[in-house]
Amino acid sequence: ASPIPAPNPRPDIAYSKIFINNEWHDAVSKKTFPTINPATGEVICQVAEGDKVNAVGLRWVCSPWEQVQRGWRGRHHPMSHLGSSVFAAALETLDNGKPYAISYLVDLDMVVKCLRYFAGWSDKFHGKTIPLDGDFFCYTRHEPVGVCGQIIPWNFPLLMQAWKLGPALATGNVVVMKVAEQTPLTALYVASLIKEAGFPPGVVNIIPGYGTTAGAAISSHMDVDKVAFTGSTEVGHLIQKAAAESNLKRVTLELGGKSPNIIMSDADMDWAVDQAHFALFFNQGQCCCAGSRTYVQEGIYNEFVERSVEKAKARVVGNPFDFKTEQGPQVDEEQFKKILGYISTGQREGAKLLCGGSPAADRGYFIQPTVFGDVQDSMTIAREEIFGPVMQILKFRTIEEVIERANDSKYGLAAAVFTRDLDKANFVSQSLRAGTVWINCYDVFGAQAPFGGYKASGNGRELGEYGLEAYVEVKN
Amino acid sequence: MAALNGAVENGQPDKKVPPLPRPLRSLEVKYTKIFINNEWHESTSGKKFPTYNPSTLEKICDIEEGDKPDVDSAVEAAKAAFQRGSPWRQMDAPSRGRFLHKLADLLERDRVILATLETMDTGKPFLQAYFIDLEGCIKTLRYYAGWADKIQGRTIPVDENFVCFTRHEPMGVCGAITPWNFPLLMLVWKMAPALCCGNTLVIKPAEQTPLTALYIGSLIKEVGFPPGVVNIVPGYGPTAGAAISTHDSIDKIAFTGSTKVGKLIKEAASKSNLKRVTLELGGKNPCIVCADADLDLAVECAHQGVFFNQGQCCTAASRVFVEEQIYAEFVKRSVEFAKKRLVGDPFDARTEQGPQIDQKQFDKILELIESGKKEGAKLECGGLAIEDRGLFIKPTVFSEVTDNMRIAKEEIFGPVQPIMKFKSIEEVIRRANSTEYGLTAAVFTKNLDRALTLASALQSGTVWINCYNALYAQAPFGGFKMSGNGREL
Repeated sequence: ASPIPAPNPRPDIAYSKIFINNEWHDAVSKKTFPTINPATGEVICQVAEGDKVNAVGLRWVCSPWEQVQRGWRGRHHPMSHLGSSVFAAALETLDNGKPYAISYLVDLDMVVKCLRYFAGWSDKFHGKTIPLDGDFFCYTRHEPVGVCGQIIPWNFPLLMQAWKLGPALATGNVVVMKVAEQTPLTALYVASLIKEAGFPPGVVNIIPGYGTTAGAAISSHMDVDKVAFTGSTEVGHLIQKAAAESNLKRVTLELGGKSPNIIMSDADMDWAVDQAHFALFFNQGQCCCAGSRTYVQEGIYNEFVERSVEKAKARVVGNPFDFKTEQGPQVDEEQFKKILGYISTGQREGAKLLCGGSPAADRGYFIQPTVFGDVQDSMTIAREEIFGPVMQILKFRTIEEVIERANDSKYGLAAAVFTRDLDKANFVSQSLRAGTVWINCYDVFGAQAPFGGYKASGNGRELGEYGLEAYVEVKN
Repeated sequence: MAALNGAVENGQPDKKVPPLPRPLRSLEVKYTKIFINNEWHESTSGKKFPTYNPSTLEKICDIEEGDKPDVDSAVEAAKAAFQRGSPWRQMDAPSRGRFLHKLADLLERDRVILATLETMDTGKPFLQAYFIDLEGCIKTLRYYAGWADKIQGRTIPVDENFVCFTRHEPMGVCGAITPWNFPLLMLVWKMAPALCCGNTLVIKPAEQTPLTALYIGSLIKEVGFPPGVVNIVPGYGPTAGAAISTHDSIDKIAFTGSTKVGKLIKEAASKSNLKRVTLELGGKNPCIVCADADLDLAVECAHQGVFFNQGQCCTAASRVFVEEQIYAEFVKRSVEFAKKRLVGDPFDARTEQGPQIDQKQFDKILELIESGKKEGAKLECGGLAIEDRGLFIKPTVFSEVTDNMRIAKEEIFGPVQPIMKFKSIEEVIRRANSTEYGLTAAVFTKNLDRALTLASALQSGTVWINCYNALYAQAPFGGFKMSGNGREL
């Protein structure tokens, strides 16, 4: 494999304002906010702080965009060449803290694939002609839903942006996107590419700012037809409420999770340990679908725990621009403190701290890879989403028991089962109340495959053909 | 010249008009051999056959003549490339899509070369080859590139306690026999969906027009398709074509050409291994102009509909039914159009019509024109060859045509427009459907009910309303009855 191109760890920040109508604007209030490099705790730069007044006044730019042929719309996606990938990956690492090698090989790769996938759908999302009772000609059109508010998180800034832009633009909508205040930089860079790609002005608008101001303005805006949000369940409630109280805008939500990863005693042990580690620790533990309840069948429990601890201890935490680093810092001080808080709660409630448990450096928001054993379902660390490098291992005896315990959560985003037995795989995967069930793997994503949660993990699905549905209105 | 009436072309309303592309005047033909396993081979027999430029009647070059042994080698290569575990079978769906996009990129890069070759080989005007044929090729490739990772099966709830799901698997080795009227475009119409779904191909291009097919072989190699995925065997129908249709290791055959040969192919398929068959055959397509139509639009669409590509389209509007109230005016305006149609050197930017493809077609068209005169149709203009100009025929219009005349029943495939009169909708529906063909139809009317009635009553695979030849990669195309089996695009 060809080596990863070396990044510039001090990339030029050219874009830090609000992007509306293909132009860059200061905030109406003239306010700015800082974005921080979580590896050092230092301010990278100031970013224009969008608020209600900027979000207002965006009318649906109907004619030129509607006239644009679907095939053409499909051709124009930004980020298709190498130069922008290297730069974007470096910027992502600077703003978010994730290892550069991963930004480049995983995040950017998935971004490009997602955009290409949805580009292909532009001219293929068919309506139907329908035979009715009586002598009528009946057919459906899949029309764009309109102005789509999209509020995206800080854990995969570029990727979450692509997941939202892809289906929205492929189906002909226009977008008002509020990016996370922790990580606005790469989204703004992509805005410059949107302009370069030739999208008409007003089709994509990007507003950096805070949830309580800009985000709230979007969810309660009377001219926004639909809102898509990825973030915490707590904020998800607020968004759905605001949508209901304003204009009944359509809502899709991708929220939190406490995903069970079930390891049966007949699993391939090496592989299961490897994958369970990856399932929890990937992206500094900052994944909505993190396998944060690792249920291990009692026959293999001790060995599994021992090997998992070994693996956690060997995980390389450090400067995210260093190619050897596997784990960077947490995204900000708030998350850092919250995770340390959960760790001490875990200890207090009687879970067995097997490794880690403390900050990993004096500067920045680094936390040691942490493993708790003998975790009980009732403990806080087994019920609440930690969003950090803290692994919970629980013991179970029977399939029936583990299914019940796995489903006993307000969440239902993802789950996994590791087993060699075909019947167990079928039985467990069909019984789990989760939007994605991975069998003998974890965190396998494809632009082609729908992703989303049961219960309080969300409403609706993103990606795949299914992901197009939320962005169209069916006219019959 | 491009898509007619209201089809928005680029979606960029205020784009600056770039200068017209120029053909390459002394283009060397590089690829004249048989393409198997990404390599170029001479024919097993040592034989070659000539390909001619129908404008100048000069030989362009000699091409290796493939026959059964060459087809056998090609099939072997295609079969090996399709084996379980082969690079092509192992490649994931989105990667196949990437390859098709890359092939489209190369067609864009070599667009002038390909358009020049196509014009040399077919006589079609260069600007049409560039803006229509090549445009269609590129868009079709990109359209199917997008489908590659979207060919979805289903999970199905069945009775009782079973897990049931479908997979949409590639068929295997696909034979494709392509015609001479749109050589590259018809090839891409077959290649794109076949490769999108993971099949391998053995292609026999028409003997009259092998050049662009062979050039695309070089691009297939350049893209990096594994060897054996695409194989191209130029040659004749009764030899190479028959070898493909009877081959026991070919899983499916797709043919575009005459209904007569289509029947032979289907028969050969049944007699050999029951290979799946899709056919795109001839047409005698009705173009129905109602009294309330926008007359200018109807005249122009009907004109382009029959004369486009020297009349050599399976979609040719070769029976124009005009409601009696507007009949005289329609004929008058159509004759005006036909008289000013510019026939000449296809490399000249002003030319609208080039030569017919070869002597055989030329003779057949003139014979049908004579039959029209003899059977009592009124010759309004044209009706003969352009003197001393080889294979060029004057745009010809016949009026007072009746349904029993040969020019109203047989596919002419030349620049001849038969115009008939009708009184009522029911009558024209009956007459339009009284044919063994059923490829396309067109209706010109402003009346909503009439449009919908005719659209549902006509036995045609495509019905165009207030437009003609609106063909796009997204929309299925194919015939009812003896115009074919199955749909492309």
